[in-house]
Amino acid sequence: MDFDLNESQSLLKDSLTKLLSARYGFEDRKRYMASAEGWSREVWAQYAELGLLGLPFSEDDGGFGGGAEETLLVAEQMGRHITLEPWFSTVVLGGGFLRHGAEASLRQELVPAVAGGEALISFAFQERQSRYDLHDVAATARRQGGGWVIEGRKGMVLHGDTADWHVVTARVAGSQRDRAGVGVFLVPAKAQGVNARGFRQVDGTRAAEVEFAGAAAHSCLAEDGMDLVDRVVDEAIAALAGEAVGAMDVVHTMTLDYMKTRTQFGKPIGTFQALQHRAADMLIQVEQARSMSYFAAMASQNADRLERRRDMHAVKVQLGRAARFVGQQSIQLHGGIAMTMEYAAGHYFKRLTVNEAAFGDTDHHLRALADAGGLVQAA
Amino acid sequence: MELRFSDAERAFRQEVRDFLAAELPAATREHMLRGKGPTKEMVVEWQRKLNAKGWATPEWPVEWGGPGWTPAQKYIFREELQMWPAPQPLAFNVNMCGPVVIEFGTEAQKKRFLPRMANLDDWWCQGFSEPGAGSDLAGLKTRAVRDGDHYVINGQKTWTTLAQHADWIFVLARTNPEAKKQEGISFFLVDMKTPGITVRPIVTIEGGHEVNEVFFDDVRVPAENLVGEENKGWDCAKFLLGNERFGQARVGASRERIRRLKTIARETYDNGRPLIEDPEFRRQMTEMEVELKALEMTVMRVIANETKRAGTGKPDPATSVLKIKGTEIQQGVSELLMKAAGPYAWVDGDPDAEGVNEWEVAPDWAFGLAGIYFNWRKQSIYGGSNEIQRNIMAKAFLGL
Ligand SMILES: Cc1cc2nc3c(=O)[nH]c(=O)nc-3n(C[C@H](O)[C@H](O)[C@H](O)COP(=O)(O)OP(=O)(O)OC[C@H]3O[C@@H](n4cnc5c(N)ncnc54)[C@H](O)[C@@H]3O)c2cc1C
Repeated sequence: MDFDLNESQSLLKDSLTKLLSARYGFEDRKRYMASAEGWSREVWAQYAELGLLGLPFSEDDGGFGGGAEETLLVAEQMGRHITLEPWFSTVVLGGGFLRHGAEASLRQELVPAVAGGEALISFAFQERQSRYDLHDVAATARRQGGGWVIEGRKGMVLHGDTADWHVVTARVAGSQRDRAGVGVFLVPAKAQGVNARGFRQVDGTRAAEVEFAGAAAHSCLAEDGMDLVDRVVDEAIAALAGEAVGAMDVVHTMTLDYMKTRTQFGKPIGTFQALQHRAADMLIQVEQARSMSYFAAMASQNADRLERRRDMHAVKVQLGRAARFVGQQSIQLHGGIAMTMEYAAGHYFKRLTVNEAAFGDTDHHLRALADAGGLVQAA
Repeated sequence: MELRFSDAERAFRQEVRDFLAAELPAATREHMLRGKGPTKEMVVEWQRKLNAKGWATPEWPVEWGGPGWTPAQKYIFREELQMWPAPQPLAFNVNMCGPVVIEFGTEAQKKRFLPRMANLDDWWCQGFSEPGAGSDLAGLKTRAVRDGDHYVINGQKTWTTLAQHADWIFVLARTNPEAKKQEGISFFLVDMKTPGITVRPIVTIEGGHEVNEVFFDDVRVPAENLVGEENKGWDCAKFLLGNERFGQARVGASRERIRRLKTIARETYDNGRPLIEDPEFRRQMTEMEVELKALEMTVMRVIANETKRAGTGKPDPATSVLKIKGTEIQQGVSELLMKAAGPYAWVDGDPDAEGVNEWEVAPDWAFGLAGIYFNWRKQSIYGGSNEIQRNIMAKAFLGL
């Protein structure tokens, strides 16, 4: 095991840090958020130039052959700046479906466009009743001619308003909550019958309600696709862990800096022991979360689905608790100032809150892990 | 000891409910059921109805229009309003400034200000905190200098809740910079229309506008608007803050939110079953209910004690317990509400704003639940932060 970055990883980290420091200050972010699409096409083009968008794809497909470690590294930087671009939806989720679910011909068609920043992808899975169960799918897919036609409505589709492609779960067979029979389809956003209504989420990112009214799919990635979905979502959970660690680290540091400069009762508030202990508890959470994010990157590559799922439940539990504690305490230790839109800490808190529940909140994963027998085998 | 409510008290509760049913506009209730704060119009309309009934100022002495209720009646009234839910009589008028004027003000001040406070003819706001004086309120820098029959005020207040609606502001300002910091402060009543006052909005993290900065630039305040003696304003402030802590228990409000939570948890699904059937969720919700019951009984004890303490002029140190537990429960319940809505809590914005939810991107009930959770983080910060409350307890209770 080696926790140090190798040469190319250091290079990647340095160039991304440089880009984001230059282009993703708090004021820049506000400007991007206020723009029509809610994020920056210009910054997106620079991600492409840097090779971020093609990073996890194999070189044969037109990518750079990066692995889970590289994705983790990028995710952490994205979290540090609570970026708004569709990197997570396009590269981690969309890219995950291409890598694990697409035929070579489809990969060769799409990967270069994704890597070049020209193709944006969203993952449309959420339904009103499904909550955190991705196999709970009422949308349907039926065969028509040689292809598939999708019917149904998906909610909270991250970046669904600007996506060029939607990866959609739709039922091919079985009943609503069966694990078997959930198909995964790729549908062009421009296809007839696809309608998206975009809105902003509380953490600043964009999402959409997407309606598929008899929309023709471009291709079917899997007819019985829950294993594929799990595979991709587990990688996504590892990326979310990286984002959360980046965001927590920044907001914790911001809190410490404030504690050193804010004076009340004639001394810096950082001299009050009650607050010192709280800040130390935050550090414990950040460190434990960071360790767990490394575990996440490693565990997400496990081909054994059940073992991998258990590990990822554990990741979500640990990261969720940390995100909640660090987010809440960073506001509390600042006092009123962090309650304002003009101060960055609140934005980190909001992102951490959404991150905690993305792909299942702490309760959901704790129950799932307990039901699966936990991590330690009984003697 | 008699722990049950008497028949008369139960009858009173029914009377309050009947009045709410007959008089509170349905739109106000509907608005508040979603967890949103009432608008200015809603508050004003309702308080005038209460005032006409003689119910706007439960804590005031009969002489100044109070209803002469027992502590239990006051409690029942407050709880019923919160549970309905209905707007409370405006706290700045009725629970903060009014009692200070009654306790420390002159006869002329009482006659001039109290009736208008009760009827909400004037909306008051609280000008205590400053950028450099939050927890350390006595460190405030705003200056008031005597000039003939006026004081001239210069400085800045911040976090001033609903100053955008206010006609008057009660202000702590330093009149003697030489004295020990608590001993050089005075309490003023200031007309917001006085030249030199500027109000600037502060947007909070969920996007709302409820707090403001208020700037004072050579603001001339008639000397007759000083409350109590010059340099004795800290006594007024301490008296007021004790009352404020008390108001933070909000037992009825938490009960209303838990009731709402149960409705939502029946309508939303988890693991293919109504969320309310999930053992973990039920456990967390039930924990809140238990905590709330204990808090309710603590409130009752503090109320009972109030009668005994009357006239001592000192708030019960137990009010810190109410503030800490009350805010922890409210924050906990707001978190459970957000959790219950799952991903659909994340839609930003106000469903009532034009066109926002015409596509039903989230169920109407889920809208804004994350925003309320974010906003309610303020509760453990204001009114004397929960850390400061613990400091007070350590000093006043524990002898440490
Ligand atoms: C939404 C909102 C509405 C408000 N409305 C009003 C209003 O209408 N009128 C008004 O006058 N004020 C209002 N306030 C101000 C409020 O009273 C202050 O925010 C509060 O007193 C805390 O001050 P501060 O924000 O400056 O934080 P600080 O005092 O700077 O505190 C920062 C952190 O340090 C901690 N701390 C400070 N001192 C100590 C200590 N000795 N020991 C341990 N910990 C300590 C605090 O608990 C906090 O965690 C409002 C605040 C908010 C957020």
